[in-house]
Amino acid sequence: MSTDWNNFTPWSALAGGALIGLAAALLLLLNGRIAGISGVLGGLLKPVSGDISWRVAFVLGLVGAPLVYGLFAGLPVPEINAGNTALIAAGLLVGVGTRYGSGCTSGHGVCGLSRLSPRSLVATACFMGAGFATVFVIRHFLTF
Amino acid sequence: MLAFTSLLAGLVFGFGLILSGMANPANVLGFLDLFGRWDPSLGLVMGGSVAVAGTAFFLARRRTVSLLGAVMKLPTARHIDRRLVIGSVLFGVGWGIAGFCPGPALVALGMGQGKAVVFVLAMLAGMGLFELLELQKHSSAQPAR
Repeated sequence: MSTDWNNFTPWSALAGGALIGLAAALLLLLNGRIAGISGVLGGLLKPVSGDISWRVAFVLGLVGAPLVYGLFAGLPVPEINAGNTALIAAGLLVGVGTRYGSGCTSGHGVCGLSRLSPRSLVATACFMGAGFATVFVIRHFLTF
Repeated sequence: MLAFTSLLAGLVFGFGLILSGMANPANVLGFLDLFGRWDPSLGLVMGGSVAVAGTAFFLARRRTVSLLGAVMKLPTARHIDRRLVIGSVLFGVGWGIAGFCPGPALVALGMGQGKAVVFVLAMLAGMGLFELLELQKHSSAQPAR
């Protein structure tokens, strides 16, 4: 193992992280809700009256963020190397897994750890561990 | 008003994902590649976000209504069970395959990335599948009449 200092971007990572934390703080203090993206999105698939508009608005904010960001700064181009089959398999796993496990990187990772929730700590350890293991298998085991 | 503040929170969340580099799957996979050339950036993203959000959760710990008067809806589940572990592991495997989790995928969708469309549609199908399985479980759990 070695550290990739060339791609390490500590200041933008910290500042971007602080913005993510600020967004979670806004939704908590103003709306009384957890900024867990899989939960916000998943709740729209089984809509409950009176509990829809804030979810739609939050998702629109996320999807619209690059359009607004692009007005003020250069927009980075994402590098998506996975092929369509891998993307479909990954999407299905992420969809089922986040709903079955009640959260993702934002709900369990950011908000759960901020609340010092042991349940979220276990979930975060599980998806991080599985993520490390999966990348290890794909990058260092399957490619020879 | 609540929809407006929610839109604002979504926008700020998206800005954070773009600025931190986490809307780019290549950066996420660089973090998850612990045994290759490891990029620790995502660790700092988590650190920065937990520092700010943690303060907010601390300030809000005794509130029953938000600053705008909405009822505080915080998770009440505390149990650590098979669902939590299995679901999180499945999510982690999917995360490791493509480098996308739900937030960055929605942001990349807004960037007009065709591959993000494929991922998000599959993710929504996965979430729909979950709802169907739950529905089936609950109906089969009902006593036969």
